[in-house]
Amino acid sequence: MKELVIISGKGGTGKTSIAAAFASLAKNAVIADCDVDAADLHLVLSPQIRQKSDFSGGKQAFIRIDKCIGCGACLAHCRFGAVVQDDSADGLTTSGVKDCENCEVCKRSCSIRNHTLIREMQQSMGLASPTLFRIDPVACEGCKVCVEFCPVKAIDFKEAVNGQWFVSDTRFGPMVHAQLGIAEENSGKLVTLIRREAKRIAQEHKKDLLIIDGSPGIGCPVIASITGADLVLVVTEPTLSGKHDLERVAKLTKNFGIKTLVCINKADINPEMSRNIADNAAKNGLKVVGEIPYDDSFTKAQIMKATLIEYTGGEIAEKIKSLWREVTYELG
Amino acid sequence: MIISIASGKGGTGKTTISTNLAISLANAGRQVQYLDCDAEEPNGHIFLKPNIEIIENVTVGVPEVDLEKCNGCDKCGQLCQYSAIVSMKGTVLVFENLCHSCGGCMAICPTRAIIEKQRKIGIAEFGKSNGVIFGHGKLDIGAIQTPALIRHIKEKIQKNIINIIDAPPGTSCPVIAAVKDSDFVLLVTEPTPFGLNDLALAVGMIRQLKIPFAVVINRSDIGDDAVVRYCQRENIEVLLQIPNDRRIAENYSRGVMIVEAIPDYEKKFLKLYEDIEKLKGNYERIGHNKR
Repeated sequence: MKELVIISGKGGTGKTSIAAAFASLAKNAVIADCDVDAADLHLVLSPQIRQKSDFSGGKQAFIRIDKCIGCGACLAHCRFGAVVQDDSADGLTTSGVKDCENCEVCKRSCSIRNHTLIREMQQSMGLASPTLFRIDPVACEGCKVCVEFCPVKAIDFKEAVNGQWFVSDTRFGPMVHAQLGIAEENSGKLVTLIRREAKRIAQEHKKDLLIIDGSPGIGCPVIASITGADLVLVVTEPTLSGKHDLERVAKLTKNFGIKTLVCINKADINPEMSRNIADNAAKNGLKVVGEIPYDDSFTKAQIMKATLIEYTGGEIAEKIKSLWREVTYELG
Repeated sequence: MIISIASGKGGTGKTTISTNLAISLANAGRQVQYLDCDAEEPNGHIFLKPNIEIIENVTVGVPEVDLEKCNGCDKCGQLCQYSAIVSMKGTVLVFENLCHSCGGCMAICPTRAIIEKQRKIGIAEFGKSNGVIFGHGKLDIGAIQTPALIRHIKEKIQKNIINIIDAPPGTSCPVIAAVKDSDFVLLVTEPTPFGLNDLALAVGMIRQLKIPFAVVINRSDIGDDAVVRYCQRENIEVLLQIPNDRRIAENYSRGVMIVEAIPDYEKKFLKLYEDIEKLKGNYERIGHNKR
């Protein structure tokens, strides 16, 4: 079973349209959408979801207000700005106590760290409620340091649900895809999970190819989607931005020792730039396996929820079929 | 004023809007700073062509272990949630690329055998371009700490001028690092099913962050009217629509901005800024009323 990953560096070059077209040309493949924070492939492949599971990329801290003594140890240790001080109540800083000058010696030097004791002390001082802290779930990176250093064990560390992933059927075969929760992290872990499941399904159903639609950029989801793959196809466009981003993403695939092919989409927007990109690619050991002219069938096919191959029989379909032949040849 | 330009979907025109807005404001005599926070694939420099005056290495702290002091207790390994440090058989392995720089291993080490050293994750470059103060970050190939690099770039934000943040695509941690603490977010989309799907995800993210926002539709005549209908349904203002224009695309491919190719657009970008100020003002008034 071979793994083909389609990435681009720069966004919006046509990765997903080409991945969908490949899905319709492949005879015996599993499809995986690894662009988990802006997944679009399902809009064309209309998957019938067979299995739905929660994804947890890790744990998150939760402060239990009933146990918190407001000492601020969590705040002092958090490097992600995730501990938020509730300014409506302020406990051990003793504001409200007669003659208190807020020197905070009591707070710093309290060696007992016993919450009932401190509570009693606070009450005897006439304080209404201790300082309240809470964790901002968007900022929390789940490092557990606050949990470890809370002197009264008032911080729980629980599995956080960061998204959902799906195993589905499409008209071209099985598909694994996901939806990362709003403002969630750990997209790299979710990509790894999707790839693992897609591979498992491929082996189970004796499929010989896994087609992976990747994300833009060169960061953790991209690294997670290409590590250990057999072949990468970079879809670029003949613009200075496309060229610049191709160079960076090609360095990444080179670092990982993955054979990399290039396809220039919208090639006629700037033919000179297309030639320039092809020349540079050749110098860097990248093979340009296809040039596709600008065509509004990319948009029209999307609107019809169809792949380019299904939507158009013209020149574009021929170009993509020829690209597919090159890619399958290179896959071996 | 801090305005972030974000999108959900990649390639919709974030950099086009950010750079054209920045240059239009500078030409109108406003003090403006452009910060490219798409640190994985920064492209703003291609259009603004800045003179770089300062280059900084951006680093994150990672643990370094003094094996003479280490007693092999593995408290560090047990605490680390990222499998970035493991202690075994008298030696400690550190996987720097997995480290999130939380400082936990150092804090928990009973023998103080761990100190923090700096590991480079990329560079930050600062300079000027035709009256625009310029800054961007470039993540090293293979590094993954994009948010840390973005936070470094954002330290240059100046409260009393206009700051334009060019955000990365998507909706996950790098985007949040970029748009956090903004006064306003512009979401750039295109009128296609992919554009709409990713716009809706981005709207969900921005609403969670409680930042006022509006939409710009680029290549506004290429697809269907689903994005416009979505915005009406959700009461989201569409502040600017830029039609598909081969002149713009060809100039873009050569690194030429819209306002250079078609100077009339400068007025539209200035109007865009006025509208942003107005919406921001409305949002603040409503916020105060609620309190």
